[in-house]
Amino acid sequence: MLFDFASVLVFIILGLLFIFFVLLFSWVVSPRNPDKDKASTYECGERPLGPAWMKFNIRFYVIALIFIIFDVEILLLFPWAVVFQKLPKGVALVEVLIFIGLLLVGLAYLWNKGDLEWVKTVDKDK
Amino acid sequence: MSNSEIIYTVIFYVFGLLTIGSACIVAFSRNILHSAFALLLTFFGVAGLYVFLQADFLAAAQVVIYVGGILVLILFAVMLTNKITDIHMSNPATKPWLAAPLVLIVFAGLTWLIVKTDWAVVETAKLISEPTVEKIGYAIMGKYLLPFELISVLLLGALLGAAYLARPKKKD
Repeated sequence: MLFDFASVLVFIILGLLFIFFVLLFSWVVSPRNPDKDKASTYECGERPLGPAWMKFNIRFYVIALIFIIFDVEILLLFPWAVVFQKLPKGVALVEVLIFIGLLLVGLAYLWNKGDLEWVKTVDKDK
Repeated sequence: MSNSEIIYTVIFYVFGLLTIGSACIVAFSRNILHSAFALLLTFFGVAGLYVFLQADFLAAAQVVIYVGGILVLILFAVMLTNKITDIHMSNPATKPWLAAPLVLIVFAGLTWLIVKTDWAVVETAKLISEPTVEKIGYAIMGKYLLPFELISVLLLGALLGAAYLARPKKKD
């Protein structure tokens, strides 16, 4: 099993090397004569006003919280999916449908209460 | 030591150093955003250590939930907080004379535990075992079915609670 993870490690190392060499390559070949406009955040775009470190909208946090809940749910479905073929079909399916169904009730509740709606609530905040 | 054992040992220490080093950055960085990003490496290093403990499912869970979820949440929490760019707000040092003995006591206690515990040593050759995901699958579909369904209820509670607390309060 550790050997399987060796391939994961190889992927990670290759990924890091790839990033390193791409950055190195662009550093080697790129000409450097900066001026004020080029050094700004968006060279061809808006001039930034104020610092980038501003307050985020709380909506991001709510969506991230909801995401984590379903993240855990998906994770717990993996062991089930692995053994699904070897279990009595109906039973395993019903067991998982109960598991998912309970969380779907929660999702339906959030949807109904408007917690998932982005634009509407932003307007309400203003 | 055989060749493969040496490689395992080296990789183990790399992950250990990665975990401890980035944990130090989390603790000592003057910028709370740098701390949050260093936490990424800490979580990742811990996932690597889980692999060495033959806990493949736990390692995957660590990456999926902590790196993919909790860390994003922490970053959002940092970005959401007002005036957190001010170091006196984000990393205040309070009462070092009180903290020092506490830290020393915890350190001594942990060291004592590490020295006293009778660590089970398993030969590396015996460690090459089958994946645990399948066993976990049989366990949650059989013996631990009720806890598995209860997790769903727990998650439902967390979902509703989080949404309720984060909902903007009506002004009437």
